[in-house]
Amino acid sequence: MVNTKVNLCGVELDNPIIPASGTFGFGYEFALTYDINILGSLSFKGTTKDPRFGNPTPRIAECKSGMLNSVGLQNPGVDKVISEELPKLKACFKKPVMANVSGFSVEDYVYTVEKLDSESQIGWFEINISCPNVHGGGLAFGTSAENAAAVTKAVKRVTKKPVIIKLSPNVTDITEIAKACEAEGADGISLINTLLGMKIDLKTKKPVLANKAGGFSGPAIKPVAVRMIYQVYDAVEIPIVGMGGVATAEDVIELMLAGATAVEVGAANLVEPFACKNIIENLPRVMEKYKINNLSDIIGGAH
Amino acid sequence: MKQGIYEILFNFQLAPNVFRMVLKGDTSALLSPGQFVNIKIDGLYLRRPISVCDYDKETITLIYKVVGEGTEKMAQMAAGDKIDLLVGLGNGFNAEKKCQKPLVIGGGVGIPPLYGLCKELIKFGKKPIVILGFNTASEMFYEEVFKLLGIDVYVTTVDGSYGVKGFVTDVMKDLEYDYFYTCGPSPMFKAIESVAKTSGQFSFEERMGCGFGACMGCTCKTKYGNKRICKDGPVLEREEIVW
Repeated sequence: MVNTKVNLCGVELDNPIIPASGTFGFGYEFALTYDINILGSLSFKGTTKDPRFGNPTPRIAECKSGMLNSVGLQNPGVDKVISEELPKLKACFKKPVMANVSGFSVEDYVYTVEKLDSESQIGWFEINISCPNVHGGGLAFGTSAENAAAVTKAVKRVTKKPVIIKLSPNVTDITEIAKACEAEGADGISLINTLLGMKIDLKTKKPVLANKAGGFSGPAIKPVAVRMIYQVYDAVEIPIVGMGGVATAEDVIELMLAGATAVEVGAANLVEPFACKNIIENLPRVMEKYKINNLSDIIGGAH
Repeated sequence: MKQGIYEILFNFQLAPNVFRMVLKGDTSALLSPGQFVNIKIDGLYLRRPISVCDYDKETITLIYKVVGEGTEKMAQMAAGDKIDLLVGLGNGFNAEKKCQKPLVIGGGVGIPPLYGLCKELIKFGKKPIVILGFNTASEMFYEEVFKLLGIDVYVTTVDGSYGVKGFVTDVMKDLEYDYFYTCGPSPMFKAIESVAKTSGQFSFEERMGCGFGACMGCTCKTKYGNKRICKDGPVLEREEIVW
């Protein structure tokens, strides 16, 4: 019998599989199709201080081995997340969840984290400083070590829960940013958010997305994720939540060998609503195939 | 929503670039006309949403127009091929609305889900009147199939090559009806909105990511808040739509 348990910032997970923010809503709609309590955890839809409609449509474009999105952090705002979404999530998911938080200023992040902090179901905060789809915020924090450090420091002051900072791959040196977050007390790093991309329609001769550019995700970005997780693992001591193009149990093992303690599954959920369930069910068999008894033993094993 | 593997029984051309595909498999997740399926296609990443034209206990009929890479690949599929579908997606038409003479208006490739709707309306003891709009006679399909339901069917063509010359609204304005249902291109929707005398339902189209409400890729604004075309729609009530 193989052991799939991992420990993420002091909280034990039955397995390392976590649906990524923005691909799983607040969980309850997937709960209609399977028992989502088999998941390690889930990272809920990026939440901001105020309600956001997001960007104009089209927000989605097909690409080779992946997709572009420019949703733009559509969410009902933190108050409604607490009053309407979290009770529904709690009714179908009994494990600690990851609260994904985004903002446009340091004060925004602090405001939202403070409001969510008293929610007992939240096990970790995942601070998104890397959304490529909103202007004047989000990514602006994730592409500067100084800004990333400032957000980390401010958020750490208002919560005792583990704070995981979600980083952008759209930078020259991701290790500098990871180190800056660690120095200000970040409990973990999650990476990678989507890669900035664009698709042009040959019929209209214009970008497909109304927002022109969007975030590229899907199997095509996995090598980028593996490389960046590998680099960050060498640069920091805190645990890494890896993501980027994961669709199979083999992908989970690859990201863990690169250095991930837990693994988020994103775009795959949109194509295969049962993606996480399939990965969790296949994981023991794939572990046996590669002679892995304890999944936590392989974290960073490629170094 | 259910996921399953479906066998293609037929896949043939009805009109230039318009195909009819009949699939065999579990249809228990389909609850109302106007719902759609999301089809996995080899070599493409995202599934392709196609509205359901008709269904029974074990078959699903789709009518689709070849407009891009996904539908091009669908057109090349053959009887006996098996495809992976998510079935029973979306909030379809409500055929139980209090009305006696509903008007059903379709434009081009928006017509297919209205066939299932008409069957449902008839089941509820109503006598729908149908208007089908096309650009030209050579693009027409399904007029006779609707007529076999024993209902009045008007056809319009923009160039006048068949039926009434003009748009669906040219017929609509002279008809008596107490409710309407429509699916078609957005210029047609705007024309209908400007002449409609009653409440009604519109079935919308949008580029989708997942098709089941997870990604927020197809959200629109309504008078009652944001709605996802794939999950809260594709059918919206006239009263809630922001034009």
